Amino acid sequence: MAKAVRRTVTRTGKRSAIQEEHKKFMGRKIFFIFFLLFSIILVLGISVTLGPLDITILEVYEAIFQRLFSIYLGVERLTELVIWNIRLPRIIWGIVAGFGLGVAGCVMQAVLRNPLASPFTLGISAGAGFGVSVAIIFNFAFFGGMYAIIGNAFIFALICAGLILGLSAIKGGTVEIMILAGIALNYLFSAASSMLRYFASDQQLREMGFWGGGHLGVFAWEELSIVTIALVICFILLMLKSWDLNVMTVGDDTAKSLGVDSGHVRVYVMVVSSLLVASIVCFVGTIGFIGLVAPHMCRMVIGGDNRFQIPAAGLTGAIILLGADILAMNIIPPTIIPTGTMTTILGVPFFFYLMLTRRREYW
Amino acid sequence: MVMIKLQAKDIVFAYGEASPILNNVCIEAAPSKLLSIVGPNGSGKSTLLRCIDKILKPQQGSILLDRREITKMSRMEVAKKMGYVQQSVSRGFPTTVFDTVLMGRRPHLGWRTGEEDEERVWEVLKLMDIDELALKYFNELSGGQQQKVLLARALAQEADVLLLDEPTSNLDIRRQLEVMDIIKDLVKKEGITAIVAIHDLNLASRYSDRIIMMKRGKIVGAGDPVSVLTAESIASVYGVEAVVRRQSEAPYIVPLRPIKTSSSLGIYKK
Repeated sequence: MAKAVRRTVTRTGKRSAIQEEHKKFMGRKIFFIFFLLFSIILVLGISVTLGPLDITILEVYEAIFQRLFSIYLGVERLTELVIWNIRLPRIIWGIVAGFGLGVAGCVMQAVLRNPLASPFTLGISAGAGFGVSVAIIFNFAFFGGMYAIIGNAFIFALICAGLILGLSAIKGGTVEIMILAGIALNYLFSAASSMLRYFASDQQLREMGFWGGGHLGVFAWEELSIVTIALVICFILLMLKSWDLNVMTVGDDTAKSLGVDSGHVRVYVMVVSSLLVASIVCFVGTIGFIGLVAPHMCRMVIGGDNRFQIPAAGLTGAIILLGADILAMNIIPPTIIPTGTMTTILGVPFFFYLMLTRRREYW
Repeated sequence: MVMIKLQAKDIVFAYGEASPILNNVCIEAAPSKLLSIVGPNGSGKSTLLRCIDKILKPQQGSILLDRREITKMSRMEVAKKMGYVQQSVSRGFPTTVFDTVLMGRRPHLGWRTGEEDEERVWEVLKLMDIDELALKYFNELSGGQQQKVLLARALAQEADVLLLDEPTSNLDIRRQLEVMDIIKDLVKKEGITAIVAIHDLNLASRYSDRIIMMKRGKIVGAGDPVSVLTAESIASVYGVEAVVRRQSEAPYIVPLRPIKTSSSLGIYKK
């Protein structure tokens, strides 16, 4: 094979100023990810201290280490129980759900080359919502007992994703058809859910409203571990395609000429991210804003390289959801505002601020 | 140096049931040669390049790369041997120039990039004289700079065959010559096979070893610039009256005026 360029260019053997600058830029991306990680650990500590029982931030970390490593660090039994059984699950739910939604939004935007793509705008959340309405109003569920609502949300989210892929496959699996199909299904499932409300009792309407607003504090460690396993598997599967996603942002023809089968990658990413979203929204309800905005926030800071962008969008999603949940719990005590509602109310002005103050064109 | 020879035999391509865009097209491209494809808009130049690079699948015919049928090669195998620079740039999320060129290393990469890949990108950026733009975002560049970046990406691919669709379309005359000089240099020194779809007949004449002239999906002329670029062929293919002068070895084309036909006059009569 002709190593054309290598032989044509004379090597200087010395790094130029621009190369040094590039190295610093790469360092900045890695630093940003570690900064987000550290921020999450910090916010986690602070958020556990908030609530009726006074707990110091030191006690929080001591209680965590005390339980994890089975060593006594002087934290009272009651405090440890409140931290581990009440406060920490909710916070970890926020981190896991926010991370998953951020990652899913990031890869959906990349694979569809569209800044508006997200689990919410593509109708996957609306599909899950419709499944929940069916379970609550008609008592029709794919699974029995406590998993009736979760199971319906999961299955209907996947039905929606399947319909997007199926409809677009008929027309050659193009980006435009996928987006249009997703938006149309979003409207369809939202309208269908609204229609079902006319058949609902007051109690059923309250249940639907509760699920639709997004909530973190319902399920404990057992369910959390299921979602975490799903998150880890999906995250790894998506990271393996990060290079292909980078290449696909410049168009399908170029991607193909660079050896990437864009059609297959698109289906792969949509299937994996839909599974991820379905497994999250079926437990925490509709939390719409994170998948859309977390990737944009990261793009403004570290650019569009998906190798960094995917984990950064996940961590940003986790911080947004965690922050919003803290406020949702504490802004008008003892009332708890739905987490999804709070996320959107706080996030939109912040996003507008970022959008208007940044000079560069990001999408 | 591996001697790659590319052959396309009897290529027929149509979108769906529409009439064919390529009709029994045959071409051969040899190593160390620059082959230009010329012809008016809609003659099938870009479609032919996309078929050769396995982006489009012809309904008939075969494409052999180093005597191997490309349909039997994986996309990644093809990408290691052929690089393609397309005419239009898709608008995607902002990517730095460095990252855009690094994409050219995709056929050679696993999950992560190595130091060697980054070194290669810097070498190509320096070759194209755009290393100072490395940290700029691609969508913030001028059309000419973007064109150079796209060519750099194809060079980073280290392919033996370069397919270039209008590589000089957005460049000023100085940069047109610079880019064509780089391509010609690679062809001569490294034994690369270059197939260039190009509108500028004078650039084609000056830099090509062979020229193929297309009209409505068919090849109507093939050979060296002197034999293909004649006043008669230009009149028949483009409908343009032109004077063809000889400057050193290459013909020099001065287009004079469109040849008025009864059908073109008919448009005005309506």
